[in-house]
Amino acid sequence: MTLWQQTYEMARRSVLQTLRQPAMVIPPVLFPLVLMGINVSGLDAATKIPGFPTDSYLDFAIAFPFVQGSLFASINAGTAIARDVETGFLNRLALTPMRRAAMLLGQLAGVLVVALISGVIYLAVGFAAGLHVKSGFWGVVVLLVLAMLIALAFASVGAFIGLRTGSGEAVQGVFPLFFVFLFLSSSSLPRNLIEHEWFRTIATYNPVSYLFEGLRSLIIFGWQGQALELGFLFAGAIALIGVTGSSTALRNRLART
Amino acid sequence: MSRAAAEGIEVEGLVREFKNGPRAVDGIELQVSPGEIYGFLGPNGAGKSTTVLMLTTLLPPTAGTARVAGHDIIRDGAAVRASIGAALQEAALDPLLTGRDHMRLQTTLQGVPKAKRRERGDELIDRVGLTDAADRKVGGYSGGMKRRLDVALALVHSPRVLFLDEPTTGLDPSSRADLWAEVARLAREDGVTVFLTTQYLEEADVLADRVGIIDRGKIVAEGTPEALKAQIGRPSVEAVPADPSDRDALAAVLSRFGAVVPSPPGHAAVRLDSAEDLVAVVRALDAADLRVADLQLHQPSLDDVFLAKTGRKLDLDETPEEVAA
Repeated sequence: MTLWQQTYEMARRSVLQTLRQPAMVIPPVLFPLVLMGINVSGLDAATKIPGFPTDSYLDFAIAFPFVQGSLFASINAGTAIARDVETGFLNRLALTPMRRAAMLLGQLAGVLVVALISGVIYLAVGFAAGLHVKSGFWGVVVLLVLAMLIALAFASVGAFIGLRTGSGEAVQGVFPLFFVFLFLSSSSLPRNLIEHEWFRTIATYNPVSYLFEGLRSLIIFGWQGQALELGFLFAGAIALIGVTGSSTALRNRLART
Repeated sequence: MSRAAAEGIEVEGLVREFKNGPRAVDGIELQVSPGEIYGFLGPNGAGKSTTVLMLTTLLPPTAGTARVAGHDIIRDGAAVRASIGAALQEAALDPLLTGRDHMRLQTTLQGVPKAKRRERGDELIDRVGLTDAADRKVGGYSGGMKRRLDVALALVHSPRVLFLDEPTTGLDPSSRADLWAEVARLAREDGVTVFLTTQYLEEADVLADRVGIIDRGKIVAEGTPEALKAQIGRPSVEAVPADPSDRDALAAVLSRFGAVVPSPPGHAAVRLDSAEDLVAVVRALDAADLRVADLQLHQPSLDDVFLAKTGRKLDLDETPEEVAA
């Protein structure tokens, strides 16, 4: 039994888990779109601010559902793993010859599949509402790749919390903290247009800003190397930290001989 | 390697200490022969589940060693896991998956050849009587159905040794009987070695070839149920007064016939020298003008063995039926 086969089975299970819980499908897809719709209708005047990078707030705001959807993905991943700890399902898996990596990769891969489907839905809704992607078809492909890397990053952090605490409630409890990071970033305005210095400073140090800016660059500016690089760099760094942390947590949780 | 070593369990001085706590398992020694059903009996917190976790390699021992199916649990954990099946204390199932989904996952992860996975899964689902429910989500299963699926999942790779940790806790009598029949069939027909923990005396008595009684991490008695009960040898008589205010007077009369043994509130019980003393007990109660609502002669039970070895009752009130109710 190869690592690939094991990972595939675990990913299949993760997707089934999600699809069989409407409450875990609707929030990552619907809520970010609703919030984006509110922002687009309420903040459209922001495009009149001198220096605003586009005359369509939709083009600016479409990055928001990708990042917010990834946050939901992190909660889903963390909650699912915590439930496996709580129910003893993790012990069942530990008693099989499955490798630890497959347990984690399978769960994360399942989240990525859901993130990809969500991303396609965001874009479909966006295009229907008049979205323009300056970088063209390949820009859309890279956008989805970056979105999945962001989903992997947040999901791995969720998995880490789920494995460390073994409690779905604890994972849910961290969610508001993640939202603070989301809003204290360049999610609603470009950093150079944020009026208050303290906010601008926090947004500059907040890695989530660079995730938004990386996604947004493909839509608004086309192929803008630095923003895209920083987006991939920060998403990759968070993913690396999250996967390493959750691997360690899984090893500690499964102290089998 | 002999069959006894290759398909049984050998435990030597196994210890497990938790931080800031007492020794959950305190130097136990035991051997289980191939094809034997070994009942590991003890109250909650006695160390039964900790022992199972160590023997199934899910918890490293603090000291001591054990060989399961011929493999060292510390040095060769992967080989142990490949040789065993386990249904741990809670039925470890995913409520969102169907019974068939579980079978697919388990057969795949246990390395059952692809061509045989479906057939093996269906065979086991059928054996535990879940064919009609196989495509339903497990979250809607009853406790008994979950337990049966749990056991079936533990068998997908035809393990030589099967660990069952309190498999019938919370089950109704019918489900319990079904599970007992399946466990007995596995041992008698398939030759599977079964290590079964339980807190139910009846379960150990009916199902186990040999019983180990564990209390506070130590094995306090071991042998066949018959041999253990024979060690006690003497029956007890338990009486319930018709008038509850007569309870102390009733106890005083009974105490003339033997040592007092624990009994439920409002009851009185003593250990008799022999069953023939019962006639004398009845006459003495009559002479004292004490009317009884109930009078029972109890043959020695595993509970009496536990009482004799530890000075405490193992299972005074809780029976499987009462739990199920």
